[in-house]
Amino acid sequence: MDSCPCIKNIILLDSEGNRVAVKYYSDEWPTNSAKEAFEKALFSKTQKTNARTEAEIAMFENHIIVYKFVQDLHFFVTGAEGENELILVTVLQGFFDAVGLLLRGNVDKKEALENLDLILLCLDEIVDGGVILETDANAIAGKVASHSVDAAAPLSEQTISQALATAREHLARSLLK
Amino acid sequence: MAQPLVKKDDDRDEEADYSPFLGIEKGAVLQEARVFNDPQLDPRRCSQVITKLLYLLNQGESFTKVEATEVFFSVTKLFQSKDIGLRRMVYVMIKELSPSADEVIIVTSSLMKDMTSKTDMYRANAIRVLCRITDGTLLTQIERYLKQAIVDKNPVVASAALVSGIHLLQTNPEIVKRWSNEVQEAVQSRAALVQFHALALLHQIRQNDRLAVNKLVSSLTRGSARSPLAQCLLIRYTSQVIRESANNTQTGDRPFYDFLEGCLRHKAEMVIFEAARAITELNGVTSRELTPAITVLQLFLSSSKPVLRFAAVRTLNKVAMTHPTAVTNCNIDMESLISDQNRSIATLAITTLLKTGNESSVDRLMKQITNFMSDIADEFKIVVVEAIRSLCLKFPLKHRSLMNFLSNILREEGGFEYKKAIVDSIVILIRDIPEAKETGLLHLCEFIEDCEFTYLSTQILHFLGIEGPKTSDPSKYIRYIYNRVHLENATVRAGAVSTLAKFGAMVDGLKPRIFVLLRRCLFDTDDEVRDRATLYLNTLGGDGAVVETGADVKEFLFGSLDIPLVNIENSLKNYEASEKPFDINSVPKEVKTQPLTEKKAPGKKPTGLGAPPPGPPTTVDAYEKLLSSIPQFAKFGKLFKSSAPVELTEAETEYAVNVVKHIFDGHVVFQYNCTNTVPEQLLENVTVIVDASEAEEFAEVASKPLRSLPYDSPGQTFVAFEKPDGVPAVGKFSNMLRFIVKEVDPSTGEAEEDGVEDEYQLEDLEVVAADYILKVGVSNFRNAWESMGADFERVDEYGLGPRDSLAEAVNAVIDLLGMQPCEGTEAVPPNSRSHTCLLSGVYIGNVKALVRLQFGLDGPKDVAMKLAVRSEDEIVSDAIHEIVASG
Repeated sequence: MDSCPCIKNIILLDSEGNRVAVKYYSDEWPTNSAKEAFEKALFSKTQKTNARTEAEIAMFENHIIVYKFVQDLHFFVTGAEGENELILVTVLQGFFDAVGLLLRGNVDKKEALENLDLILLCLDEIVDGGVILETDANAIAGKVASHSVDAAAPLSEQTISQALATAREHLARSLLK
Repeated sequence: MAQPLVKKDDDRDEEADYSPFLGIEKGAVLQEARVFNDPQLDPRRCSQVITKLLYLLNQGESFTKVEATEVFFSVTKLFQSKDIGLRRMVYVMIKELSPSADEVIIVTSSLMKDMTSKTDMYRANAIRVLCRITDGTLLTQIERYLKQAIVDKNPVVASAALVSGIHLLQTNPEIVKRWSNEVQEAVQSRAALVQFHALALLHQIRQNDRLAVNKLVSSLTRGSARSPLAQCLLIRYTSQVIRESANNTQTGDRPFYDFLEGCLRHKAEMVIFEAARAITELNGVTSRELTPAITVLQLFLSSSKPVLRFAAVRTLNKVAMTHPTAVTNCNIDMESLISDQNRSIATLAITTLLKTGNESSVDRLMKQITNFMSDIADEFKIVVVEAIRSLCLKFPLKHRSLMNFLSNILREEGGFEYKKAIVDSIVILIRDIPEAKETGLLHLCEFIEDCEFTYLSTQILHFLGIEGPKTSDPSKYIRYIYNRVHLENATVRAGAVSTLAKFGAMVDGLKPRIFVLLRRCLFDTDDEVRDRATLYLNTLGGDGAVVETGADVKEFLFGSLDIPLVNIENSLKNYEASEKPFDINSVPKEVKTQPLTEKKAPGKKPTGLGAPPPGPPTTVDAYEKLLSSIPQFAKFGKLFKSSAPVELTEAETEYAVNVVKHIFDGHVVFQYNCTNTVPEQLLENVTVIVDASEAEEFAEVASKPLRSLPYDSPGQTFVAFEKPDGVPAVGKFSNMLRFIVKEVDPSTGEAEEDGVEDEYQLEDLEVVAADYILKVGVSNFRNAWESMGADFERVDEYGLGPRDSLAEAVNAVIDLLGMQPCEGTEAVPPNSRSHTCLLSGVYIGNVKALVRLQFGLDGPKDVAMKLAVRSEDEIVSDAIHEIVASG
C-alpha cells in the first residue's frame, strides 16, 4: 500500500473540540479514547490558527494534517508523514465544498447535526477504507443528494406514505408547542 | 416516541447550543429501532432512527454483542423498502456494525440482488458493502459480478469494484489476481477516477513483478493520465522503476527523467509537486537534474496557500541536507517565510536557512530568529536549537554569537525537553570547539544556579567535573559547584560532591580548599552524600597532606566502568551474601545482543507432538555453565567468547547442524547443535570428525559424542582443540558427521536393534580473527579514544572495491571485525557520500581496542575506507589491520 495515497482519518469537530462526525480508516487509533485524545490534541494545536480563508497545515505526531474552519465547524484530514500534502488538501476541499453544497451554504454545527445523515453519507462517498473514492465536490454532493425515489416504486404508494409522514410530523410538532 | 427529530428554524435563537441529539440515550434509541420491524415501513422515520444509531456509534458509544445482533437483524428488514435514501443509510449502518460471518449470510442475498440491480447507485454500494463484510468463500460466488463491475459503463460502479479489489487483495490475493485482464481494461477507461483506481490495483497486483511494472510505466508515461491523482500514482511508480533500474545503468541519462521533468509543467499543482519531490528524492541526483524541480518549488514558496508553501519548504529542507548549494537560490523567499503565520512553515524555513546559509549571513539570521523564538512552541524551538548546533559546528568561528544565543534562550522559560536540547548543544560545542569551552562552561554554571531539573543539574555537574579541571583557572568553578551542596536536593548534592572531588584529584593546587569543603559535607543529612564525601576524603588523602593522587586511584574513582550495567545488575542479583566478596571480574563484559540467527536456529520443523523442545542455551552465562559441567572442558579456564551459531547444513536437509565456537585463552571448543529431521530414524553415537589440516596451530584434545539423537529433539556434540595461549590463531576446519543410524517403526516409535554406520558431509567451518574480539561498548567514544592516546595508533587506507551502497560496506566491515558499533554510528543515512563509524571491543588477552572507520564513495560505486585503530597494545592494533587487509 506504500505507493497509493492513503487517508488516515477525516474529522469534523465543533468550536469546542467536540465531535460532530468522524471517520477513521487507519488502525493507529484502536480505541475510542485514543481517538478522542488525538482529536483533543489536534484541536488545541490548531484552535488558534486562522484557517478560514485558506486551508492550513500542521505536522503532528508523525502525521500531516490539513484543516479548514468555517463558522463553528472545524474540518480535518490526516495523512501519513510522507504523503503529498496537496493530495490531502484536495480531499479536504472536496469534503468541505460538498458539505457546503449539501447544507446549501448554511454551514454551521446546528445545520450539520440536523443533517447528520447527509454528512455521514458524504464521508462514505469520499474515502473507502483509506482509499480516495472521489474528490470532486459536485460529484460527491450529487451522489449523496440523489434522494429521488426509486423509479421501481409505484407512484401512488409513494405519495401516500410521504403524505402520511409529513402529516404525522406536523401533528407532532403542533402538539409539542 | 413521537418526539420529532428535527426542530424547525423558529426556535433557533432560544438556545444557542441546541442540538437535535440533546439528551439522546442508547437504550431509548434501541427501543425506537423497533420501527424497523413494522409491517408498514415509514422510510423517513427509519432513516432518522438509523441516523441516531450512527450518531451514537460516532460519539464512541458501543453496542454489546446482543444489541448489535438485534439492531443488525432489524436493519436487514429494511431491504423491503424501496426508498433510496433509506437504503443508503442501511448500507452505511451494515458497514458500521461489521457483522459476524453467520450474520453476513442473512444479508448476502439482498446485497447480491442489489448488486445486479439496474440502479447504478445500488450496484456500486452493494459491491462496497458486500466486499467489506464478506469472507473468502463467498467471494468466489460473487467474483463473476465483480469482474463485470470493474468494466461497467458507470464509473461509480467500476470504481466501487476496483477499490473493493484493493482491499480484498490484502486478504484474498489469489482471487483478486485473477481479475488482472479486467483491471487492465479499466486502466484505459475514460473516467478519470476509474483510471486512478485501476492503476492503483493493477500496480498492487503486479508489484512483485519488476518487468511488468516496468512495462506498465513505459506504456503509460507516453501519454498522460486522465486525473491528477492517477498522474501522481504514475510518478510514484516511475520513481520506483528508476530506483530499481539505477543499479544497471552506469552512465548516460536516467531513464524516465524526461517524464518527471515534463510533469513539472502539468496544470495541477498536486502533480507538479509530486514530480518535483520525486526528482529531489532520486538516488544520487545531480544538480542539473535538480534545478528545474527547485525552480517550481521556489515558486510555491510565495504562494498564497499555506499548504503549498509548507509542502515546498518541507521538501527544500530535505534537499538542503544533501545539496545545500542547490537551495541557496531560494534563500530570499525563505527569509520572508520566517514571519509566516504558520509556525511549522516558519520553523522549516529557519532550519533550511541555517543549513544553507554562509558564514556572513549568520549574524543577520540570528537576529531574525531571536524575535521569532519567543512566540513558538517548545517542539519547534528544539528543532531550531538542533539546527543552530550543526551550524556552529560548520562555522566554528561564529561560536561567540551562537553560544550567546544558546545561553540567552537557556535563561528563558521552557520545558525539560527544550532545556535538555540546549544543554546538549552547548556540551557538544564545548567538546568540539576548544575556544568555546570556557564561555560555554560559565553559561552552564550560571544555568545550574537556577535550574529546576535535577537530571540536567547532575549532568552538568558531571560534565564540569571532566572539563573544569582542564581549564586555565579551575578555581572559578568551585563556587558554583559548592553552592549546589547548600541549595539543592540530595541527588544534586551527591553529584556536586563527586564533582568537587574530581577537581581535587586533578588539580593539586586546589586540594586543601577542596578537602575543607568535602569535610563540611560529612554532616549532610543524606546517606549518599556523606558516603561519597567520606570515600573521596579517604582515597584522595584528606588527612591534610597534599600528595599527588595516584593514577590507579583516579581510575578507581572516576574511570569509566567497562562492564555493561545490565550485566552487573544481573550478577549482583545472583550474588548471595557469603564469606566470599563480590568479584567484579566475574561479571561478563559481553554486550548481550539478542542474536537474530537464533530464530533460524534448529527446532524449526513443526513438531507433531506437543510443544517444540527447547533449543540449546545461547547466552554467555548459559554457555559457560554448560561447558564447565563437562569434565573434559572444565579445566580450560574462563570462557572468553562464544560466537553466534553458524549453519553447517542447507535448510531442509535430513540433518540440521549448526556450530557455536567457544574461545578460551588456550583452547577452542566447537559445539555442534544437531537436529535429526527424519522421523523414521534414530541416530546413535553421533560425533563430528574434524579435519584440522588447514588449521596448523590447532590440535584436537578432546571430544564428547552425543549418545542418541531421536527425531526432532536437538542434541549437542563437542570437539575441543588446543591452541597457543592468547594467540588469535585462525584456520579452516572440515567436518564430517558420523553416526549409527537405526530404523524406527513409525507406528510404534520403536527403533530396530541393529544400526548401520553412516557419515554425512557438513560444510567447512572457519575460526576467524573476529572470534577473538568481544563486542564491548563504550559510553563516550571520544573520551575513550582520547584517553587511550595515540601511542599504539595505526592508520591505513583501504579500497573496498565496488559496493551496492555505503551502508552495505559499513556493515561488511563491522561483521568482519566483530566489534561493537558505538553511538549509533552503524546507521548510514541514505544518500550520504561519506560516513564515519566508531567501533569498540576487547581483544583476547583483555586488551581494549577502539576503531574509527571513515568511509567515502570514490567514483560511482567504489568505496574507500580509512581505518584508524587505537589499543593498549601495538600487536593488537596491527592485528586488527591484518584482519581488514586479509578480509
